[in-house]
Amino acid sequence: MPNLLIELFSEEIPARMQRRAAEDLKKLITNGMVDAGLTYAGAAAFSTPRRLTLAVEDVLSESPTVREERKGPRVDAPEKAIEGFLRGAGLSKDQLEVRDEKKGQVYFATIEKPGCPAADIIAEVLEHAIRNFPWPKSMRWGAGALRWVRPLHSIICVLSDDVDVTVVPVNIDGIESGNQTMGHRFMSSGAPIIVSGFDDYAATLKKEYVILDPEERAQMIWQDATNIAFASGLDVVEDAGLLVEVSGLVEWPVVLMGEIDQEFLELPPEVLQTSMREHQKFFSVRDPKSGKITRFITVANRETADQGATILAGNQKVLSARLADAKFFWENDLRVAQNDGLTAWTARLENVTFHNKLGSQKDRIDRIVDLAGDLSIATSADAGLAQQAAGIAKADLSSEMVYEFPELQGLMGRYYAEAAGVEQEVANACEQHWQPLGPSDGVPTEPVSATVALADKLDTLCGFWAIEEKPTGSKDPFALRRAALGIIRLVLENQIRLPLLKAALEHIARFANVENASSVAFDLLGFLHDRLKVYLRDRGIRHDVIDACVVMDGNDDIALLVKRAEALSEFLASEDGENLVQGFRRANNILTQAEEKDGVEYSFGADVKFAETDEERALFGALEKQGPKIDAAMQAEDFAAAMGAMAALRAPVDAFFEAVQVNSENEIVRRNRLNLLSQVRNTCARVADLGRIEAA
Amino acid sequence: MTIEKPKSFQEIILRLQNYWAAKGCAVLQPYDMEVGAGTFHPATTLRALGTKSWAAAYVQPSRRPTDGRYGENPNRLQHYYQYQVLIKPSPPDLQDLYLGSLEAIGIDMALHDIRFVEDDWESPTLGAWGLGWEVWCDGMEVSQFTYFQQVGGHDCHPVSGELTYGLERLAMYVLGVDHVMDMPFNDPDAPIALKYGDVFKQTEQEYARWNFDVANTEVLLRHFEEAEAECQAILDQEHIDPKTSKRIIMAHPAYDQCIKASHIFNLLDARGVISVTERQAYIGRVRSLAKKCADAFVLTEAGGYTA
Repeated sequence: MPNLLIELFSEEIPARMQRRAAEDLKKLITNGMVDAGLTYAGAAAFSTPRRLTLAVEDVLSESPTVREERKGPRVDAPEKAIEGFLRGAGLSKDQLEVRDEKKGQVYFATIEKPGCPAADIIAEVLEHAIRNFPWPKSMRWGAGALRWVRPLHSIICVLSDDVDVTVVPVNIDGIESGNQTMGHRFMSSGAPIIVSGFDDYAATLKKEYVILDPEERAQMIWQDATNIAFASGLDVVEDAGLLVEVSGLVEWPVVLMGEIDQEFLELPPEVLQTSMREHQKFFSVRDPKSGKITRFITVANRETADQGATILAGNQKVLSARLADAKFFWENDLRVAQNDGLTAWTARLENVTFHNKLGSQKDRIDRIVDLAGDLSIATSADAGLAQQAAGIAKADLSSEMVYEFPELQGLMGRYYAEAAGVEQEVANACEQHWQPLGPSDGVPTEPVSATVALADKLDTLCGFWAIEEKPTGSKDPFALRRAALGIIRLVLENQIRLPLLKAALEHIARFANVENASSVAFDLLGFLHDRLKVYLRDRGIRHDVIDACVVMDGNDDIALLVKRAEALSEFLASEDGENLVQGFRRANNILTQAEEKDGVEYSFGADVKFAETDEERALFGALEKQGPKIDAAMQAEDFAAAMGAMAALRAPVDAFFEAVQVNSENEIVRRNRLNLLSQVRNTCARVADLGRIEAA
Repeated sequence: MTIEKPKSFQEIILRLQNYWAAKGCAVLQPYDMEVGAGTFHPATTLRALGTKSWAAAYVQPSRRPTDGRYGENPNRLQHYYQYQVLIKPSPPDLQDLYLGSLEAIGIDMALHDIRFVEDDWESPTLGAWGLGWEVWCDGMEVSQFTYFQQVGGHDCHPVSGELTYGLERLAMYVLGVDHVMDMPFNDPDAPIALKYGDVFKQTEQEYARWNFDVANTEVLLRHFEEAEAECQAILDQEHIDPKTSKRIIMAHPAYDQCIKASHIFNLLDARGVISVTERQAYIGRVRSLAKKCADAFVLTEAGGYTA
């Protein structure tokens, strides 16, 4: 069976798009082939800056013939109906078969779709793939209408087996398929490469200085980089994203290591690293003894007669110019920080809009300062320090370095705050108050940092809730879900006891013109609860357990709520817990039915003197004994103890249902038993709303 | 093939002129107005529109008031030169033509590492965007290479290929100079040898002072409004000139006013009187002028209009 080779050769494809594009090519072509009945044994896709390549092994040489049987109208049906059937089937009357069915004689048609040669199918599928390729951004060029990521120059499409090599003819807006490609833009001989199949193609490309497989290029780069650094007793700073990108910028990687000018070695390592990565796509090389970044590694796309000396000298020069800028920013910023402190920078943020309905960055900071003051009681932080930190935490937005490298925001804030001579906790908050930035990011634990982080996120949520800019579906442009998760993790991981509803309500008052502040705050709490459910579900707590706890008092205190949910979750996992919930459910059902039937609420007045059986009396006793225990535990917020005390009700409840018929003939006895069950229900309800627990 | 190294800034410019002339471009002269980049020259902005073929190359003095460093910074200038090539429709071998131009100015492909790194170009003030690359030579950006997709809000059919060379930076690299002011402007062996600094050091200082501290912002604000109003007024005229009875749409004079507004905006920006929020609004106003000029140009003969 033949193998298929496709190459789409173009001008340089953006590095970030290459791997995805190779996979898309594979998917589009192989799916298209299979849909047309053309199966194959295996497929692999590759990419370089100038080409997407697909190799498909053992393709059927033609799609199998397909027979389809269609039932038609009865023989005595009107002529029109029969004609219509023939038209649909593409047959004439004499080709039909007549079969005897229950309802009489019926026409049957057998439609045979003959197989189609692989080349025809592939040509069609390839054209469709090229014209409908899912590039994140595509363009037109010249006078044509075709869209591709950059101008498409040539197409290889060949089917080959041991004997024959056939070009599958495709012509897309004047680009005709063939069996030719080009090697490396600069290093190859420049003559077209004629290919007969994948093995030959990949091997010839390598001779013409093209490594087809991006994985292989990445491995080569990493290996050479670590070796070259190791030889000088240095380490390459790992950067997987950069490695992927760089391997998408070269067809023939050549690793070169260069020096960083002495005068730049005092810059913060993050600045060196960011500047080198973002602007030059250099890897940083660290001296393990000092921990400092002292060299860089660049990856060129060619070998040269001078072993890369010219290339390296050029790169070094560019780096020096870049770092001279960075050093200029760093020194200017330090001067401002040391002389004026950071408040001058914060003041300048008055001219920077945060959101047109929520005012400037300065307005935002002022609100966060006030909120940080409020929250510091709950977070046990020094209110003065927390407010000071909130006031300068975003000052670095005004710095030249952050203007140049926005990703250094926070980190530069810490450096500059240190330079300004503030307390270390305050400086740390400048960096840490942005955290957690994602589910895997750390949560600040120092009280000042945690306070500002909490205030920052709560301000964001209150603000966007107040102007009704809530996340919808997959749209969350202001990362409000992340902010909510941040609040949840901050209070949980630091065990901060904070009634959020009150905090939100008071904070919403700091925004201008908010109508219905309380409904806004309630809605926001609902959102936090939804995010909490997602968060806890990932930690193995069932949604019904959370539901049973969310409806309890104090539900805006996330730490308390989670404590309750965890205790309940554990309780339900025990045998006592599971059975007690069954007992509760039974009591609740009986009560609900009786209350509906009688039109009254059985809520109190159960008296042991009307008890007729030992089991009834035992249940009275147990409730009397456990009730105060549960209350005391609840008072102490010791949910585990409360549930432990509740578990002691299980045996008497089970025994009660075993032995006692609630619906007694004697109305007094019946009512007394119903009131007793209501006592069971109320006792349980103090811990959680067990009615929301779903039956196992 | 090794080409002799150029010796001066002007030699590099001359070689580019000769190269692109040999490749069939009309070598135009700089536009006689203050612009922020070669793209603003009507030979690019307007000629990228419409269906008519076009091939032009030119030097364009460009002004970016905020980049002024009083001539001290080795790489930054408020006045510098761009070399601009625009070919419509973009020829299939544009990349090779471009690489040929680098060879022409003495960059030996066998020793240097040339890369095409993704960089999508967008000019919010011109309502224009395109896809392409920044071209790196040994890690340094030496050119911008763009296939125009849209200009002045109009889709480009056919597509123009645009090349922009930052001349000072490229020349410094080719000539091995570390500070722009030290770069030989004419032949260093000439009887009167001039360096870049001899020509521009003083003007950098003068303009930096004026741009940052002296330019009268009230006057500039007024000029901005006036240019905007004039642009509109020009475009509001009847297409038929009452004097000659000819159809004369004044796309270019209107576009001059758009260029003027854009440069005044840059000056105001350098004076620090435009807040972040206002910034967007100003850019939007210039863009709206650029769009109207583009709308007008495509109704002219040069813009492909046929009666």
